[in-house]
Amino acid sequence: MRKEDRSIVVRHVSKTFTLRYHRTLKQMSVAMLRQQELSDSFLAVNDVSFTVQQGESIGLMGLNGSGKSTLLKMINGIMRPDSGKVLTRGRTAGLIATGAGFHPQLSGRDNVYLNAAILGMSEAETRRKFDDIVEFADIGRFLDSPVGHYSSGMFARLGFAVAIHVDADIFLADEVLAVGDRPFKKKCLAKMQEIRDSGTTLFYVSHAAGSVRKMCDRVIVLEKGHKAFDGDVDEGIKFLHYDDDNENALDIEEEMADDEELGADI
Amino acid sequence: MSAPATPMRRRPVDAPLRPPWSEQGILEVFRHRYILSLLVRREIAARYQGSVLGLLWSYVNPLSQFFIYYFVMGILFGRAQRTEDFAVHVFAGLIVVHFFTETMNAGTRSIVRNKSLVQKMAVPREMFPVASMLVSLFHVVPQVAILLVATLISGWRPDAMGLVFGVLGLLISMTLGTALALMFSAANVFLRDVSNAVNVLSNFVRFGVPMMYPYTLVAQRFHGHTSIYLLNPITEAVLAFQRAFWVGATSHPAHTAHIDMPPNMLWLSLRALVISLVILAIAQSTFTRLERRIPERLL
Ligand SMILES: Nc1ncnc2c1ncn2[C@@H]1O[C@H](COP(=O)(O)OP(=O)(O)OP(=O)(O)O)[C@@H](O)[C@H]1O
Ligand SMILES: [Mg+2]
Repeated sequence: MRKEDRSIVVRHVSKTFTLRYHRTLKQMSVAMLRQQELSDSFLAVNDVSFTVQQGESIGLMGLNGSGKSTLLKMINGIMRPDSGKVLTRGRTAGLIATGAGFHPQLSGRDNVYLNAAILGMSEAETRRKFDDIVEFADIGRFLDSPVGHYSSGMFARLGFAVAIHVDADIFLADEVLAVGDRPFKKKCLAKMQEIRDSGTTLFYVSHAAGSVRKMCDRVIVLEKGHKAFDGDVDEGIKFLHYDDDNENALDIEEEMADDEELGADI
Repeated sequence: MSAPATPMRRRPVDAPLRPPWSEQGILEVFRHRYILSLLVRREIAARYQGSVLGLLWSYVNPLSQFFIYYFVMGILFGRAQRTEDFAVHVFAGLIVVHFFTETMNAGTRSIVRNKSLVQKMAVPREMFPVASMLVSLFHVVPQVAILLVATLISGWRPDAMGLVFGVLGLLISMTLGTALALMFSAANVFLRDVSNAVNVLSNFVRFGVPMMYPYTLVAQRFHGHTSIYLLNPITEAVLAFQRAFWVGATSHPAHTAHIDMPPNMLWLSLRALVISLVILAIAQSTFTRLERRIPERLL
């Protein structure tokens, strides 16, 4: 492992959220009289460390609420860790939350420019890639109508289309395939494989074991904010389900079969 | 089963390892001029979307204020007879005050209003209040054009010093407006009460500066003890703008300047600019402190 190949360094990163129970003055005074807690803190990411080499593709897995999105937001620079250090090399792009970064009143066209700018593209670069982006999103004549009228799938398509066309060195993908339809999912996976093969570091959050197997060469599992596993893909997936009861295992098998099929078509 | 994990692909990246967020505050905004211009354009387009009059509302609002002030103060209270070219006096002040309050009000709401962008981007969030200021500045241009026509009709003779004062007046309100927008925009994320408090503050600003009344009234009432009144930089901004566009329109500019302007106008204006810059620095450090928790507190 050469130092200059390091793409992401995450060192002892922790993030605490404050949960507030009472918001108005009235609620707060009532709660104080009753000697209830006004707020509580919550460790969403707890002392996580890892290093990623340029070109690695990481599958980030874990149950709902285990801190995956929070970790990705810190790597993206949207959130700051309370303690610890995050370092990245080069340009980062990605889809953190579907629909984020769109202005509902603006047309799809204007949103493409705005979104691309936020991801670090210049005007010339956006113009050059505009047709590719639109073709990839495939939203037809809705391009010039306000994004607020889009379906959630169309939202996601446009967001993904912009993000994937950034010449990024690190690509973060969270919830990407959650709302897309089947053909679009396939297209996204294929495109992500393409950028992965070009040497972009990939961080892929998914609950679907099949697509993680297909996409990634390393798995990190978060469990209640801790890093519980870091290593080989198959072992990671096994780790994730080793204590599942039968009922859950059934669901997951179904889901995996689904994914496997999806993977096979590509 | 799927294909085995592909071997590691190497692509050297010619960039340093560094934190993914920026730490230079408002200076960073000017390195992102392209995004800033998109934000400003978007804001101008979006502000009056769905309204028939659209952009015209930006002029209806200050103009209606102007007519109200002129009618109440000028006609009812008879100010128009005692202060020469009272309309120009009011309008010159109004441009500065309106620019300032618009910057402060829109700026305060800017981050909350743009939350979908804030939650996505790692670029400096100072961008949003600065964009609000630029949008307000955009509306100043045609207002100054109207003012120029009005003051030329009143017999305005431009002078070089006036130009300096005009620029100073704009600079002061721009700096202070940005500073307050910056500070309040971050605070507003945590407490939405802030935007209401800013509304109240705007009212104080409208009445606390020599716009609908001349400075002489204040000087007379307080027997020249106006040092606290003059500590408010917007007062100087208004006075400077009046020095630029109104004094030259009166029949005896030197006399007007002597009566209706405080002595040492240049020194006072420069001091106001410095005060505004100091407040800007304080605002920036407050913003930086609050900013770390902004994304997680935006719902
Ligand atoms: N802004 C916030 N304020 C308070 N708590 C938060 C905030 N954002 C996230 N959390 C909490 O932090 C925990 C981790 O959230 P996160 O979104 O990172 O989970 P996740 O692993 O991405 O889950 P999922 O699989 O459902 O996407 C959750 O319990 C969530 O409630
Ligand atoms: Mg998540």
